Amino acid sequence: MHRKRLWNFVNYLLLSIAALLFIAPILFMVVGSFKPEAQVLSEMGTLRAVLPSEIKLHNYRDVFVRIPFGRYLWNSVLINGLIVGLGLIVNALAAYALARLQWRGRDTLLVVVLALLIIPFEAIAVPLFYQLSALGWRNDYLVQVFPFVANPLAIYLFYSFFLGLPRELEEAARVDGAGILRTFFAIVIPNAKPVFATVAIVTFLLYWGMYLWPLLMTVDDGVRPLPLAIATFYTLPPVQWGDILAFGVMMVLPVLVIFITFQPWFVRGVATTGLKG
Amino acid sequence: MKRVLMIKRTHVSEKTIAWLFMAPALLGLALFILAPFILAIVLSFTNVRLGSPLPVEWTGWREYARLMDDAAFLHALFNNLVFALVVVPVQTLLALGLALWLNRPLRGRVVFRTLFFMPVIFPLSLIAVVWILIYSPDANGLMNHVLRLMSLGHWQTKDFLHDPLWALPAIMLTSIWQGVGLQMVVLLAALQAIPAELYEAATIDGARAWQRFRHVSLPQLRNALVFVVIVTTILAFRVFDQVRIMTQGGPEDHSATVVFAAVQAAFDRAQVAKGMAMSVVFFLLVLAITLVQRKLLKQTRD
Repeated sequence: MHRKRLWNFVNYLLLSIAALLFIAPILFMVVGSFKPEAQVLSEMGTLRAVLPSEIKLHNYRDVFVRIPFGRYLWNSVLINGLIVGLGLIVNALAAYALARLQWRGRDTLLVVVLALLIIPFEAIAVPLFYQLSALGWRNDYLVQVFPFVANPLAIYLFYSFFLGLPRELEEAARVDGAGILRTFFAIVIPNAKPVFATVAIVTFLLYWGMYLWPLLMTVDDGVRPLPLAIATFYTLPPVQWGDILAFGVMMVLPVLVIFITFQPWFVRGVATTGLKG
Repeated sequence: MKRVLMIKRTHVSEKTIAWLFMAPALLGLALFILAPFILAIVLSFTNVRLGSPLPVEWTGWREYARLMDDAAFLHALFNNLVFALVVVPVQTLLALGLALWLNRPLRGRVVFRTLFFMPVIFPLSLIAVVWILIYSPDANGLMNHVLRLMSLGHWQTKDFLHDPLWALPAIMLTSIWQGVGLQMVVLLAALQAIPAELYEAATIDGARAWQRFRHVSLPQLRNALVFVVIVTTILAFRVFDQVRIMTQGGPEDHSATVVFAAVQAAFDRAQVAKGMAMSVVFFLLVLAITLVQRKLLKQTRD
Protein backbone atom coordinates (compact mmCIF):
# COMPACT_ATOMS: atom_id res chain seq x y z
CA MET A 1 0.00 0.00 0.00
CA HIS A 2 2.84 2.36 0.81
CA ARG A 3 4.44 1.55 -2.48
CA LYS A 4 1.27 2.32 -4.32
CA ARG A 5 0.90 5.65 -2.57
CA LEU A 6 4.49 6.56 -3.34
CA TRP A 7 4.00 5.60 -6.97
CA ASN A 8 0.88 7.73 -7.09
CA PHE A 9 2.76 10.69 -5.66
CA VAL A 10 5.60 10.31 -8.16
CA ASN A 11 3.09 10.06 -10.98
CA TYR A 12 1.40 13.30 -9.97
CA LEU A 13 4.73 15.00 -9.49
CA LEU A 14 5.93 14.05 -12.97
CA LEU A 15 2.62 14.99 -14.53
CA SER A 16 2.68 18.36 -12.79
CA ILE A 17 6.24 19.03 -13.96
CA ALA A 18 5.27 18.12 -17.52
CA ALA A 19 2.20 20.33 -17.37
CA LEU A 20 4.23 23.19 -15.92
CA LEU A 21 6.87 22.92 -18.64
CA PHE A 22 4.07 22.84 -21.12
CA ILE A 23 2.31 25.98 -20.05
CA ALA A 24 5.56 27.80 -19.22
CA PRO A 25 5.35 30.03 -22.34
CA ILE A 26 1.81 31.04 -21.35
CA LEU A 27 2.77 31.70 -17.72
CA PHE A 28 5.75 33.61 -18.96
CA MET A 29 3.52 35.80 -21.13
CA VAL A 30 1.10 36.55 -18.29
CA VAL A 31 3.81 37.26 -15.73
CA GLY A 32 5.89 39.29 -18.18
CA SER A 33 2.92 41.51 -18.94
CA PHE A 34 3.07 42.85 -15.38
CA LYS A 35 6.80 43.63 -15.37
CA PRO A 36 8.83 46.74 -16.07
CA GLU A 37 10.35 46.51 -19.56
CA ALA A 38 13.93 46.03 -18.36
CA GLN A 39 13.02 42.91 -16.39
CA VAL A 40 11.13 41.03 -19.10
CA LEU A 41 14.23 39.80 -20.89
CA SER A 42 16.79 39.96 -18.10
CA GLU A 43 14.76 37.72 -15.76
CA MET A 44 13.80 35.27 -18.48
CA GLY A 45 16.18 32.54 -17.41
CA THR A 46 15.38 32.85 -13.72
CA LEU A 47 12.46 31.73 -11.59
CA ARG A 48 11.31 35.34 -11.66
CA ALA A 49 10.16 34.67 -15.24
CA VAL A 50 7.13 32.92 -13.81
CA LEU A 51 7.03 34.37 -10.27
CA PRO A 52 6.66 38.14 -10.40
CA SER A 53 8.16 40.23 -7.61
CA GLU A 54 5.55 42.95 -8.06
CA ILE A 55 2.47 43.51 -10.18
CA LYS A 56 2.36 46.69 -12.25
CA LEU A 57 -0.33 47.62 -14.71
CA HIS A 58 1.63 50.17 -16.72
CA ASN A 59 2.07 47.85 -19.74
CA TYR A 60 -1.68 47.55 -20.00
CA ARG A 61 -2.05 51.31 -19.93
CA ASP A 62 0.64 51.60 -22.64
CA VAL A 63 -1.29 49.27 -24.94
CA PHE A 64 -4.21 51.69 -24.95
CA VAL A 65 -1.89 54.66 -25.43
CA ARG A 66 0.20 53.20 -28.25
CA ILE A 67 -2.49 51.58 -30.37
CA PRO A 68 -6.27 52.02 -30.70
CA PHE A 69 -6.85 48.79 -28.78
CA GLY A 70 -10.57 49.36 -28.29
CA ARG A 71 -11.01 49.76 -32.02
CA TYR A 72 -9.16 46.50 -32.82
CA LEU A 73 -11.15 44.65 -30.17
CA TRP A 74 -14.43 45.98 -31.51
CA ASN A 75 -13.41 44.99 -35.07
CA SER A 76 -12.58 41.46 -33.94
CA VAL A 77 -15.80 41.09 -31.94
CA LEU A 78 -17.90 42.43 -34.81
CA ILE A 79 -16.25 40.30 -37.51
CA ASN A 80 -16.34 37.12 -35.44
CA GLY A 81 -19.85 37.76 -34.19
CA LEU A 82 -21.09 38.11 -37.76
CA ILE A 83 -19.22 35.03 -39.00
CA VAL A 84 -20.57 32.90 -36.14
CA GLY A 85 -24.12 34.32 -36.12
CA LEU A 86 -24.73 34.33 -39.87
CA GLY A 87 -22.91 31.01 -40.19
CA LEU A 88 -25.23 29.28 -37.71
CA ILE A 89 -28.31 30.35 -39.70
CA VAL A 90 -26.98 29.73 -43.21
CA ASN A 91 -25.32 26.39 -42.52
CA ALA A 92 -28.10 24.96 -40.35
CA LEU A 93 -30.71 25.76 -43.02
CA ALA A 94 -28.63 24.13 -45.75
CA ALA A 95 -27.89 21.09 -43.61
CA TYR A 96 -31.58 20.61 -42.85
CA ALA A 97 -32.47 20.71 -46.53
CA LEU A 98 -29.75 18.12 -47.21
CA ALA A 99 -30.66 15.87 -44.29
CA ARG A 100 -34.45 15.90 -44.23
CA LEU A 101 -36.18 17.50 -47.23
CA GLN A 102 -37.06 15.66 -50.43
CA TRP A 103 -35.91 17.42 -53.60
CA ARG A 104 -34.09 16.65 -56.78
CA GLY A 105 -30.39 17.43 -56.83
CA ARG A 106 -30.01 16.82 -53.11
CA ASP A 107 -27.61 13.89 -53.36
CA THR A 108 -25.45 15.69 -55.92
CA LEU A 109 -25.19 18.80 -53.78
CA LEU A 110 -24.36 16.74 -50.72
CA VAL A 111 -21.41 15.23 -52.58
CA VAL A 112 -20.32 18.71 -53.72
CA VAL A 113 -20.41 20.11 -50.17
CA LEU A 114 -18.41 17.16 -48.83
CA ALA A 115 -15.89 17.53 -51.66
CA LEU A 116 -15.39 21.22 -50.80
CA LEU A 117 -14.41 20.12 -47.28
CA ILE A 118 -10.96 19.06 -48.47
CA ILE A 119 -10.04 22.43 -50.00
CA PRO A 120 -7.99 24.19 -47.32
CA PHE A 121 -8.47 27.93 -47.08
CA GLU A 122 -4.78 28.49 -47.80
CA ALA A 123 -5.30 27.02 -51.29
CA ILE A 124 -7.91 29.63 -52.20
CA ALA A 125 -6.64 32.62 -50.22
CA VAL A 126 -4.48 33.92 -53.06
CA PRO A 127 -7.02 33.48 -55.90
CA LEU A 128 -9.82 34.83 -53.71
CA PHE A 129 -7.68 37.83 -52.85
CA TYR A 130 -7.17 38.44 -56.56
CA GLN A 131 -10.84 37.82 -57.43
CA LEU A 132 -12.18 40.26 -54.83
CA SER A 133 -9.49 42.88 -55.45
CA ALA A 134 -10.35 42.79 -59.16
CA LEU A 135 -13.95 43.54 -58.18
CA GLY A 136 -12.70 46.43 -56.07
CA TRP A 137 -13.92 44.83 -52.85
CA ARG A 138 -11.27 45.32 -50.19
CA ASN A 139 -10.61 46.83 -46.81
CA ASP A 140 -14.02 46.68 -45.11
CA TYR A 141 -15.75 44.52 -42.52
CA LEU A 142 -17.88 42.45 -44.86
CA VAL A 143 -14.98 41.24 -46.99
CA GLN A 144 -13.66 39.71 -43.77
CA VAL A 145 -17.03 38.12 -42.97
CA PHE A 146 -18.79 36.83 -46.10
CA PRO A 147 -16.12 34.38 -47.34
CA PHE A 148 -16.43 32.43 -44.06
CA VAL A 149 -20.19 32.36 -43.50
CA ALA A 150 -21.06 29.36 -45.69
CA ASN A 151 -18.80 26.65 -44.32
CA PRO A 152 -18.72 23.02 -45.53
CA LEU A 153 -17.50 21.80 -42.15
CA ALA A 154 -20.35 23.49 -40.29
CA ILE A 155 -22.85 22.12 -42.82
CA TYR A 156 -21.39 18.65 -42.30
CA LEU A 157 -21.63 18.92 -38.49
CA PHE A 158 -25.25 20.10 -38.65
CA TYR A 159 -26.06 17.48 -41.28
CA SER A 160 -24.76 14.57 -39.17
CA PHE A 161 -26.67 15.85 -36.16
CA PHE A 162 -29.96 16.27 -38.04
CA LEU A 163 -29.64 12.77 -39.50
CA GLY A 164 -29.33 11.43 -35.97
CA LEU A 165 -32.44 13.19 -34.64
CA PRO A 166 -35.41 10.81 -34.26
CA ARG A 167 -37.76 11.37 -37.18
CA GLU A 168 -40.85 10.80 -35.03
CA LEU A 169 -40.65 14.30 -33.55
CA GLU A 170 -40.89 15.96 -36.91
CA GLU A 171 -43.46 13.52 -38.26
CA ALA A 172 -45.71 14.15 -35.26
CA ALA A 173 -45.52 17.88 -35.88
CA ARG A 174 -46.24 17.45 -39.57
CA VAL A 175 -49.24 15.23 -38.85
CA ASP A 176 -50.51 17.95 -36.54
CA GLY A 177 -50.52 20.27 -39.49
CA ALA A 178 -47.27 22.18 -38.98
CA GLY A 179 -45.50 23.14 -42.21
CA ILE A 180 -41.81 22.59 -42.88
CA LEU A 181 -40.86 26.03 -41.61
CA ARG A 182 -42.74 25.62 -38.34
CA THR A 183 -41.40 22.13 -37.84
CA PHE A 184 -37.87 23.38 -38.34
CA PHE A 185 -38.08 26.41 -36.08
CA ALA A 186 -40.35 25.04 -33.33
CA ILE A 187 -39.26 21.38 -33.18
CA VAL A 188 -35.83 20.87 -34.75
CA ILE A 189 -33.93 23.92 -33.51
CA PRO A 190 -34.87 23.54 -29.82
CA ASN A 191 -33.67 19.93 -30.02
CA ALA A 192 -30.41 20.84 -31.71
CA LYS A 193 -28.89 23.16 -29.10
CA PRO A 194 -25.74 21.05 -28.56
CA VAL A 195 -24.75 21.14 -32.22
CA PHE A 196 -25.40 24.86 -32.42
CA ALA A 197 -23.13 25.35 -29.41
CA THR A 198 -20.40 23.13 -30.86
CA VAL A 199 -20.45 24.84 -34.24
CA ALA A 200 -20.51 28.32 -32.67
CA ILE A 201 -17.56 27.57 -30.40
CA VAL A 202 -15.47 25.83 -33.04
CA THR A 203 -16.03 28.61 -35.61
CA PHE A 204 -15.24 31.27 -33.04
CA LEU A 205 -11.98 29.53 -32.11
CA LEU A 206 -11.00 29.16 -35.77
CA TYR A 207 -11.57 32.76 -36.75
CA TRP A 208 -10.58 34.73 -33.63
CA GLY A 209 -6.91 34.24 -34.53
CA MET A 210 -7.32 34.57 -38.29
CA TYR A 211 -4.26 36.28 -39.70
CA LEU A 212 -3.69 35.49 -43.37
CA TRP A 213 -6.99 36.82 -44.75
CA PRO A 214 -7.12 40.23 -43.03
CA LEU A 215 -3.42 40.60 -43.87
CA LEU A 216 -4.27 40.25 -47.57
CA MET A 217 -7.51 42.18 -47.60
CA THR A 218 -7.17 45.15 -45.23
CA VAL A 219 -4.93 48.19 -45.01
CA ASP A 220 -6.73 50.41 -42.49
CA ASP A 221 -6.43 50.00 -38.73
CA GLY A 222 -10.07 51.09 -38.68
CA VAL A 223 -11.21 47.66 -39.93
CA ARG A 224 -8.31 45.42 -38.92
CA PRO A 225 -8.79 42.73 -36.24
CA LEU A 226 -6.60 42.01 -33.20
CA PRO A 227 -4.17 39.47 -34.74
CA LEU A 228 -2.83 42.12 -37.11
CA ALA A 229 -2.31 44.58 -34.28
CA ILE A 230 0.40 42.39 -32.74
CA ALA A 231 2.47 42.65 -35.87
CA THR A 232 2.14 46.43 -35.78
CA PHE A 233 3.51 46.34 -32.26
CA TYR A 234 6.34 44.12 -33.20
CA THR A 235 7.41 46.29 -36.11
CA LEU A 236 7.00 49.61 -34.26
CA PRO A 237 10.41 50.43 -32.82
CA PRO A 238 11.42 50.45 -30.08
CA VAL A 239 9.99 47.00 -29.40
CA GLN A 240 8.40 47.05 -25.95
CA TRP A 241 8.01 43.43 -24.94
CA GLY A 242 6.00 44.20 -21.84
CA ASP A 243 3.40 45.98 -23.97
CA ILE A 244 3.23 43.14 -26.47
CA LEU A 245 2.71 40.59 -23.70
CA ALA A 246 0.01 42.72 -22.08
CA PHE A 247 -1.66 43.02 -25.47
CA GLY A 248 -1.46 39.24 -25.89
CA VAL A 249 -3.12 38.62 -22.53
CA MET A 250 -5.99 40.92 -23.44
CA MET A 251 -6.33 39.37 -26.89
CA VAL A 252 -6.58 35.81 -25.61
CA LEU A 253 -8.80 36.58 -22.62
CA PRO A 254 -12.14 36.31 -24.49
CA VAL A 255 -11.09 32.96 -25.95
CA LEU A 256 -10.01 31.69 -22.52
CA VAL A 257 -13.27 32.73 -20.90
CA ILE A 258 -15.32 31.01 -23.59
CA PHE A 259 -13.04 27.96 -23.51
CA ILE A 260 -13.32 27.50 -19.75
CA THR A 261 -17.08 28.15 -19.68
CA PHE A 262 -17.88 25.70 -22.47
CA GLN A 263 -15.03 23.25 -21.92
CA PRO A 264 -16.94 19.96 -22.44
CA TRP A 265 -18.52 21.13 -25.71
CA PHE A 266 -15.27 22.59 -26.81
CA VAL A 267 -13.15 19.50 -26.36
CA ARG A 268 -15.86 17.26 -27.83
CA GLY A 269 -16.29 19.51 -30.84
CA VAL A 270 -12.60 19.74 -31.52
CA ALA A 271 -12.00 16.03 -30.89
CA THR A 272 -14.68 15.00 -33.36
CA THR A 273 -13.67 17.42 -36.06
CA GLY A 274 -9.93 17.49 -35.42
CA LEU A 275 -9.72 21.03 -36.60
CA LYS A 276 -7.78 24.18 -36.01
CA GLY A 277 -5.87 25.81 -38.80
CA MET B 1 -61.11 18.20 -46.57
CA LYS B 2 -59.26 21.29 -45.49
CA ARG B 3 -56.64 19.21 -43.70
CA VAL B 4 -55.86 17.14 -46.77
CA LEU B 5 -55.48 20.30 -48.78
CA MET B 6 -52.95 21.72 -46.31
CA ILE B 7 -50.79 18.64 -46.31
CA LYS B 8 -50.88 18.63 -50.07
CA ARG B 9 -49.87 22.28 -50.23
CA THR B 10 -46.87 21.85 -47.92
CA HIS B 11 -45.84 18.80 -49.92
CA VAL B 12 -45.82 20.74 -53.16
CA SER B 13 -43.72 23.53 -51.72
CA GLU B 14 -41.12 21.24 -50.12
CA LYS B 15 -38.87 21.54 -53.15
CA THR B 16 -39.12 25.32 -53.09
CA ILE B 17 -38.40 25.48 -49.37
CA ALA B 18 -35.42 23.17 -49.82
CA TRP B 19 -33.90 25.47 -52.43
CA LEU B 20 -34.61 28.52 -50.28
CA PHE B 21 -32.85 26.81 -47.37
CA MET B 22 -29.90 25.92 -49.57
CA ALA B 23 -29.62 29.21 -51.44
CA PRO B 24 -27.52 31.33 -49.03
CA ALA B 25 -25.04 28.52 -48.39
CA LEU B 26 -24.81 27.64 -52.08
CA LEU B 27 -24.19 31.26 -53.00
CA GLY B 28 -21.43 31.55 -50.40
CA LEU B 29 -19.74 28.29 -51.34
CA ALA B 30 -19.91 29.09 -55.06
CA LEU B 31 -18.58 32.64 -54.74
CA PHE B 32 -15.92 32.15 -52.09
CA ILE B 33 -14.68 28.58 -52.54
CA LEU B 34 -15.60 27.24 -55.96
CA ALA B 35 -15.02 30.43 -57.97
CA PRO B 36 -11.54 31.20 -56.61
CA PHE B 37 -10.63 27.54 -56.92
CA ILE B 38 -11.52 27.52 -60.63
CA LEU B 39 -9.93 30.94 -61.07
CA ALA B 40 -6.67 29.61 -59.65
CA ILE B 41 -6.58 26.75 -62.13
CA VAL B 42 -7.47 28.99 -65.08
CA LEU B 43 -5.08 31.83 -64.26
CA SER B 44 -2.22 29.44 -63.56
CA PHE B 45 -2.19 28.75 -67.31
CA THR B 46 -1.84 32.46 -68.20
CA ASN B 47 0.84 35.11 -67.76
CA VAL B 48 -1.31 37.50 -65.69
CA ARG B 49 0.53 39.94 -63.43
CA LEU B 50 -0.84 42.87 -61.48
CA GLY B 51 0.14 46.16 -63.10
CA SER B 52 1.89 44.52 -66.06
CA PRO B 53 1.62 46.24 -69.48
CA LEU B 54 1.74 42.88 -71.32
CA PRO B 55 -1.59 41.55 -72.64
CA VAL B 56 -2.90 38.47 -70.84
CA GLU B 57 -2.22 35.31 -72.87
CA TRP B 58 -2.54 31.58 -72.51
CA THR B 59 0.84 30.20 -71.70
CA GLY B 60 -0.09 26.57 -71.07
CA TRP B 61 2.11 24.74 -68.61
CA ARG B 62 4.79 27.43 -68.61
CA GLU B 63 4.10 28.62 -65.07
CA TYR B 64 4.31 25.05 -63.75
CA ALA B 65 7.47 24.36 -65.73
CA ARG B 66 8.99 27.51 -64.22
CA LEU B 67 8.05 26.37 -60.72
CA MET B 68 10.04 23.19 -61.25
CA ASP B 69 13.08 25.41 -61.87
CA ASP B 70 12.27 27.96 -59.20
CA ALA B 71 14.85 27.54 -56.44
CA ALA B 72 12.78 29.45 -53.88
CA PHE B 73 9.66 27.35 -54.53
CA LEU B 74 11.57 24.06 -54.46
CA HIS B 75 13.19 25.16 -51.24
CA ALA B 76 9.77 25.91 -49.78
CA LEU B 77 8.46 22.51 -50.88
CA PHE B 78 11.50 20.84 -49.36
CA ASN B 79 10.96 22.75 -46.11
CA ASN B 80 7.35 21.55 -45.94
CA LEU B 81 8.53 17.97 -46.45
CA VAL B 82 11.13 18.26 -43.69
CA PHE B 83 8.52 19.91 -41.50
CA ALA B 84 6.07 17.04 -42.04
CA LEU B 85 8.74 14.31 -41.68
CA VAL B 86 9.86 15.68 -38.30
CA VAL B 87 6.73 17.20 -36.81
CA VAL B 88 4.25 14.42 -37.68
CA PRO B 89 6.04 11.51 -35.94
CA VAL B 90 7.28 13.58 -33.00
CA GLN B 91 3.95 15.22 -32.35
CA THR B 92 1.97 11.99 -32.78
CA LEU B 93 4.22 10.00 -30.43
CA LEU B 94 4.16 12.79 -27.87
CA ALA B 95 0.37 13.03 -28.10
CA LEU B 96 0.04 9.25 -27.81
CA GLY B 97 2.29 9.22 -24.74
CA LEU B 98 0.31 11.98 -23.06
CA ALA B 99 -3.01 10.34 -23.95
CA LEU B 100 -1.89 6.99 -22.49
CA TRP B 101 -0.62 8.75 -19.39
CA LEU B 102 -3.91 10.57 -18.88
CA ASN B 103 -5.99 7.47 -19.67
CA ARG B 104 -5.06 5.87 -16.31
CA PRO B 105 -7.31 6.17 -13.29
CA LEU B 106 -6.34 9.61 -12.11
CA ARG B 107 -7.98 12.32 -10.11
CA GLY B 108 -7.83 15.74 -11.72
CA ARG B 109 -7.50 14.30 -15.20
CA VAL B 110 -9.68 17.06 -16.65
CA VAL B 111 -7.34 19.69 -15.19
CA PHE B 112 -4.29 18.14 -16.83
CA ARG B 113 -6.12 17.60 -20.09
CA THR B 114 -7.11 21.27 -20.05
CA LEU B 115 -3.54 22.39 -19.40
CA PHE B 116 -2.11 20.32 -22.25
CA PHE B 117 -4.88 21.51 -24.53
CA MET B 118 -4.48 25.18 -23.62
CA PRO B 119 -1.96 26.19 -26.34
CA VAL B 120 -4.34 24.89 -29.03
CA ILE B 121 -6.83 27.67 -28.40
CA PHE B 122 -4.19 30.42 -28.57
CA PRO B 123 -4.09 32.41 -31.81
CA LEU B 124 -1.01 31.40 -33.81
CA SER B 125 -0.06 35.01 -34.36
CA LEU B 126 0.17 35.53 -30.59
CA ILE B 127 2.07 32.29 -30.02
CA ALA B 128 4.54 33.28 -32.73
CA VAL B 129 5.31 36.58 -30.98
CA VAL B 130 5.75 34.97 -27.56
CA TRP B 131 8.16 32.44 -29.06
CA ILE B 132 10.14 35.19 -30.79
CA LEU B 133 10.90 36.35 -27.27
CA ILE B 134 11.71 32.81 -26.10
CA TYR B 135 14.17 32.45 -29.01
CA SER B 136 15.68 35.86 -28.29
CA PRO B 137 19.38 36.13 -29.27
CA ASP B 138 19.97 37.87 -25.94
CA ALA B 139 22.10 35.74 -23.62
CA ASN B 140 19.13 35.85 -21.23
CA GLY B 141 16.73 34.53 -23.87
CA LEU B 142 14.91 31.51 -22.47
CA MET B 143 15.94 28.96 -25.11
CA ASN B 144 19.58 30.05 -25.07
CA HIS B 145 19.56 30.04 -21.30
CA VAL B 146 18.08 26.54 -21.02
CA LEU B 147 20.51 25.13 -23.59
CA ARG B 148 23.45 26.73 -21.78
CA LEU B 149 22.34 25.12 -18.50
CA MET B 150 21.84 21.75 -20.16
CA SER B 151 25.23 21.84 -21.87
CA LEU B 152 26.92 22.94 -18.60
CA GLY B 153 27.90 26.27 -20.11
CA HIS B 154 29.21 25.01 -23.44
CA TRP B 155 26.31 26.40 -25.48
CA GLN B 156 27.14 29.41 -27.62
CA THR B 157 24.29 31.93 -27.70
CA LYS B 158 22.45 31.69 -31.01
CA ASP B 159 20.08 33.90 -32.94
CA PHE B 160 17.76 30.99 -33.77
CA LEU B 161 15.34 32.79 -36.04
CA HIS B 162 18.07 34.36 -38.16
CA ASP B 163 20.23 31.26 -38.40
CA PRO B 164 19.90 29.23 -41.65
CA LEU B 165 20.25 25.98 -39.73
CA TRP B 166 17.98 26.80 -36.78
CA ALA B 167 15.13 28.91 -38.19
CA LEU B 168 13.03 26.00 -39.45
CA PRO B 169 13.59 23.73 -36.41
CA ALA B 170 12.64 26.65 -34.18
CA ILE B 171 9.32 27.03 -36.00
CA MET B 172 8.81 23.27 -35.83
CA LEU B 173 9.26 23.20 -32.06
CA THR B 174 6.75 26.02 -31.65
CA SER B 175 4.27 24.18 -33.87
CA ILE B 176 4.67 20.91 -31.98
CA TRP B 177 4.14 22.68 -28.68
CA GLN B 178 1.04 24.40 -30.01
CA GLY B 179 -0.54 21.40 -31.68
CA VAL B 180 0.19 18.37 -29.51
CA GLY B 181 -2.77 19.00 -27.20
CA LEU B 182 -5.21 18.65 -30.06
CA GLN B 183 -3.86 15.26 -31.16
CA MET B 184 -3.81 14.19 -27.51
CA VAL B 185 -7.50 15.00 -27.04
CA VAL B 186 -8.43 13.03 -30.17
CA LEU B 187 -6.38 10.01 -29.08
CA LEU B 188 -7.62 10.20 -25.48
CA ALA B 189 -11.22 10.17 -26.72
CA ALA B 190 -10.43 7.09 -28.84
CA LEU B 191 -8.70 5.35 -25.91
CA GLN B 192 -11.68 5.94 -23.66
CA ALA B 193 -14.00 4.44 -26.27
CA ILE B 194 -12.19 1.06 -26.05
CA PRO B 195 -14.43 -1.38 -24.11
CA ALA B 196 -12.95 -2.32 -20.73
CA GLU B 197 -13.80 -6.00 -21.37
CA LEU B 198 -11.09 -6.18 -24.02
CA TYR B 199 -8.45 -5.27 -21.42
CA GLU B 200 -9.98 -7.60 -18.85
CA ALA B 201 -9.94 -10.51 -21.31
CA ALA B 202 -6.33 -9.76 -22.19
CA THR B 203 -5.36 -9.60 -18.51
CA ILE B 204 -7.03 -12.95 -17.84
CA ASP B 205 -5.07 -14.37 -20.75
CA GLY B 206 -1.94 -13.21 -18.93
CA ALA B 207 -1.07 -10.22 -21.12
CA ARG B 208 1.34 -7.75 -19.52
CA ALA B 209 1.10 -3.97 -19.85
CA TRP B 210 3.14 -3.79 -23.06
CA GLN B 211 1.23 -6.70 -24.63
CA ARG B 212 -2.10 -5.10 -23.72
CA PHE B 213 -0.94 -1.92 -25.40
CA ARG B 214 0.42 -3.74 -28.43
CA HIS B 215 -2.52 -6.13 -28.99
CA VAL B 216 -5.51 -4.22 -27.57
CA SER B 217 -4.95 -0.44 -27.54
CA LEU B 218 -2.97 -0.10 -30.75
CA PRO B 219 -5.34 -2.00 -33.09
CA GLN B 220 -8.33 -0.20 -31.55
CA LEU B 221 -6.58 3.14 -32.00
CA ARG B 222 -5.76 2.53 -35.63
CA ASN B 223 -8.39 4.79 -37.16
CA ALA B 224 -7.77 7.60 -34.68
CA LEU B 225 -4.04 7.35 -35.34
CA VAL B 226 -4.50 7.46 -39.12
CA PHE B 227 -6.77 10.48 -38.65
CA VAL B 228 -4.25 12.25 -36.42
CA VAL B 229 -1.33 11.53 -38.73
CA ILE B 230 -3.17 12.78 -41.81
CA VAL B 231 -4.54 15.92 -40.13
CA THR B 232 -1.08 16.75 -38.79
CA THR B 233 0.48 16.16 -42.21
CA ILE B 234 -2.01 18.50 -43.88
CA LEU B 235 -1.41 21.11 -41.15
CA ALA B 236 2.33 20.76 -41.77
CA PHE B 237 1.74 21.80 -45.38
CA ARG B 238 -0.58 24.67 -44.40
CA VAL B 239 1.96 26.43 -42.17
CA PHE B 240 1.94 30.17 -42.77
CA ASP B 241 1.31 32.44 -39.76
CA GLN B 242 4.38 31.39 -37.77
CA VAL B 243 6.66 31.75 -40.79
CA ARG B 244 5.32 35.17 -41.74
CA ILE B 245 5.65 36.52 -38.21
CA MET B 246 8.72 34.75 -36.85
CA THR B 247 11.15 34.63 -39.79
CA GLN B 248 9.51 36.11 -42.92
CA GLY B 249 10.70 32.88 -44.56
CA GLY B 250 14.30 33.76 -43.92
CA PRO B 251 17.12 33.76 -43.75
CA GLU B 252 17.10 33.39 -47.56
CA ASP B 253 14.13 31.03 -47.87
CA HIS B 254 15.54 28.66 -45.25
CA SER B 255 12.22 28.65 -43.44
CA ALA B 256 9.82 29.51 -46.29
CA THR B 257 6.82 27.23 -46.87
CA VAL B 258 4.65 26.68 -49.95
CA VAL B 259 1.78 28.84 -48.70
CA PHE B 260 4.25 31.51 -47.66
CA ALA B 261 5.87 31.41 -51.11
CA ALA B 262 2.46 31.65 -52.83
CA VAL B 263 1.44 34.67 -50.76
CA GLN B 264 4.83 36.28 -51.33
CA ALA B 265 4.60 35.81 -55.09
CA ALA B 266 1.01 36.98 -55.55
CA PHE B 267 0.69 39.54 -52.76
CA ASP B 268 4.15 40.99 -52.17
CA ARG B 269 5.45 40.74 -55.77
CA ALA B 270 2.23 40.92 -57.84
CA GLN B 271 3.18 37.71 -59.71
CA VAL B 272 -0.39 36.51 -59.84
CA ALA B 273 -0.04 33.55 -62.21
CA LYS B 274 2.87 32.20 -60.21
CA GLY B 275 0.96 32.47 -56.95
CA MET B 276 -1.99 30.70 -58.57
CA ALA B 277 0.18 27.84 -59.84
CA MET B 278 1.66 27.44 -56.35
CA SER B 279 -1.84 27.38 -54.83
CA VAL B 280 -2.85 24.64 -57.28
CA VAL B 281 0.25 22.57 -56.49
CA PHE B 282 -0.46 23.05 -52.79
CA PHE B 283 -4.04 21.87 -53.25
CA LEU B 284 -2.91 18.79 -55.21
CA LEU B 285 -0.55 17.90 -52.35
CA VAL B 286 -3.37 18.13 -49.81
CA LEU B 287 -5.65 16.14 -52.12
CA ALA B 288 -3.04 13.37 -52.44
CA ILE B 289 -2.67 13.17 -48.66
CA THR B 290 -6.46 13.02 -48.23
CA LEU B 291 -6.78 10.22 -50.79
CA VAL B 292 -4.12 8.21 -48.96
CA GLN B 293 -6.14 8.67 -45.77
CA ARG B 294 -9.34 7.44 -47.42
CA LYS B 295 -7.50 4.38 -48.66
CA LEU B 296 -5.99 3.56 -45.26
CA LEU B 297 -9.32 4.01 -43.51
CA LYS B 298 -11.12 1.83 -46.04
CA GLN B 299 -8.66 -0.99 -45.48
CA THR B 300 -9.65 -1.26 -41.84
CA ARG B 301 -13.34 -1.23 -42.64
CA ASP B 302 -13.03 -4.23 -45.00
